[in-house]
Amino acid sequence: MGSLYLALLRLGCSRFVWAIQGDRLSELFTTLGDMIRAIRACKTAAEERAVVRKECAAIRASVGENDQDYRHRNLAKLMFIHMLGYPTHFGQMECLKLIASPGFPEKRMGYLGLMLLLDERQEVLIDLNHTNQYIVGLALCALGNICSAEMARDLAPEVEQLLQFRDPNVRKKAALCSIRIVKKVPDLAEIFLNPAAALLKEKHHGVLLTGVQLCTDLCKVSAEALEYFRKKCTEGLVKLLKDVVNSPYAPEYDVSGITDPFLHIRLLRLLHVLGQGDADASDCMNDILAQVATKTESNKNAGNAILYECVATIMSIEDNGGLRVLAINILGRFLSNRDNNIRYVALNMLIKAITVDTQAVQRHRATILECVKDMDASIRKRALELVYLLVNESNVKPLTKELIDYLQVSEQEFKGDLTAKICSIVEKFSPEKIWYIDQMLKVLSEAGNYVKDEVWHALIVLISNASNLHGYAVRLLYKAVQTAGEQETLVRVAVWCIGEYGEMLVNNVGMLDVEEPMTVSS
Amino acid sequence: MGIRFILMVNKQGQTRLAQYYEYLTLEERRALEGEIVRKCLARNEQQCSFVEHRNYKIVYRRYASLFFLVGVDNEENELAILEFIHLVVETMDRHFGNVVSTFPSCELDIMFHLEKAHFMLEEMVMNGCIVETSKSNILTPIQLLDKAS
Repeated sequence: MGSLYLALLRLGCSRFVWAIQGDRLSELFTTLGDMIRAIRACKTAAEERAVVRKECAAIRASVGENDQDYRHRNLAKLMFIHMLGYPTHFGQMECLKLIASPGFPEKRMGYLGLMLLLDERQEVLIDLNHTNQYIVGLALCALGNICSAEMARDLAPEVEQLLQFRDPNVRKKAALCSIRIVKKVPDLAEIFLNPAAALLKEKHHGVLLTGVQLCTDLCKVSAEALEYFRKKCTEGLVKLLKDVVNSPYAPEYDVSGITDPFLHIRLLRLLHVLGQGDADASDCMNDILAQVATKTESNKNAGNAILYECVATIMSIEDNGGLRVLAINILGRFLSNRDNNIRYVALNMLIKAITVDTQAVQRHRATILECVKDMDASIRKRALELVYLLVNESNVKPLTKELIDYLQVSEQEFKGDLTAKICSIVEKFSPEKIWYIDQMLKVLSEAGNYVKDEVWHALIVLISNASNLHGYAVRLLYKAVQTAGEQETLVRVAVWCIGEYGEMLVNNVGMLDVEEPMTVSS
Repeated sequence: MGIRFILMVNKQGQTRLAQYYEYLTLEERRALEGEIVRKCLARNEQQCSFVEHRNYKIVYRRYASLFFLVGVDNEENELAILEFIHLVVETMDRHFGNVVSTFPSCELDIMFHLEKAHFMLEEMVMNGCIVETSKSNILTPIQLLDKAS
């Protein structure tokens, strides 16, 4: 821009120069703040597009002239524009140039741009060997977020070395970077086994947090890793959890009186993975799980989050009767908690608990049914799923009655789900055909339009196969149609039935004990 | 894995911060943000903070005029994510001052210092996984950066 000015000045077009320079000056010199203010002042989408277009043009010009000074600002603007949803690929080279600059602020900006604007399809040079530990940290962060499988393969040995770097912040980032590497290239898992196990002996919470996560993910991608950690590390992890649970007040990691709940939860998750399917490992962790389940304070969210994770772990490891009872009791308490979030996670957990101990969950049936009628849509959905899993031959009649009663008052958007579940329950568990017909007719009258085709086809098939119920069915349908004629599916079924068995209707043929006589004229 | 994205959205539905840990095109992002913001804004105070969307969950919380939304896998511990959102807010509070209580300055603080907000988030989450939960550890590099520039 400077050279253009000089050239035009030499040509003597000073006024002209001032005009364009003034304009260019105002565009190029807008700060990020100016641009944001301009965008906020826009009243319509079209206005916003115009402002963004102008800014992009200015940035493009600045990029084209290889403008060092404004690179940082240009990138900041580009990130804002990208967040609003506009394309910004012309700025990608700027990221790379910033990363290659020597100064820390420029590098920082470049790496941020890298992570927001680019994705793993780009090839990027990373300075993992820089002397400045913050820059190494940046590089690890970028690699951890966007590296591709080839990059992972190339850089794995260096990242593995960094797991033993002197600065704990770099170690923690290297751990997370390793996670991405083993996910992209699972074969590399074995080189990380030993270093990962070593991380579990650290004191720095950040390193522990990421180290535990690395071990967990290694177990997921490789069966050898799972065996390795199970044998070598289970006891150490149990001790670690004990230390964290019993640790004194640590202001930096304290949340609501509990030291580092996030670490508690990560450790519980790893124990979950190690104990699942292995009796010895499960035995090892019984005491600490019992301690966490009984001693954790449950009046704050942090405590409840830990209890939730603890219950999940207990449910997945090998059976220890006492622990399971403890867990289901905690869930029972959660279910009656006034906080919606707690009830939601309790329902979630109970769905998993059913496969493990159906009896215990059945005891909470009444509370769960109440949740189906809750005002909160997320809770209703979960509760309905749970009820569906709880149905068996002995409780199908009362449960279905409750659900159909609720169908009458439920909201529109919930009716579809509810109807589908009721029909499914009725079909699976119906003890007698006459009950089946009764329930289906109630559902058809209430929410016939939500009933799927296969369902009412099946009903018709059932009716036609039950010759002793033909008369009953046709009379019931006739009565139903008179009160609920707007339910199209009901009408269809009724019309078919009357078509088949019309004379039975008119002549009261084949009446059952439960029916009363009806007069119908043809 | 774990966390899929973190969004900060104001009451009018405008995105003030967006960090994605999985790759989505611009159109996909806009569509996603539109859908879930509508869902979350339509809920009231008494409803729980978890919304199911497609094959994952959104955990959200409102602070003054900003909604913090975190999209997570189904296996994630929702209560822990709620704690995490609170940690993010407290960290930003410590750096910018008064994120939680003053309206509307928290939104403006984040908007005008977007890179700082991103730096903070980067120190806390990497590749969808929580990496640091101590506020001083998170803020140290950022304070160093402030001194350097």
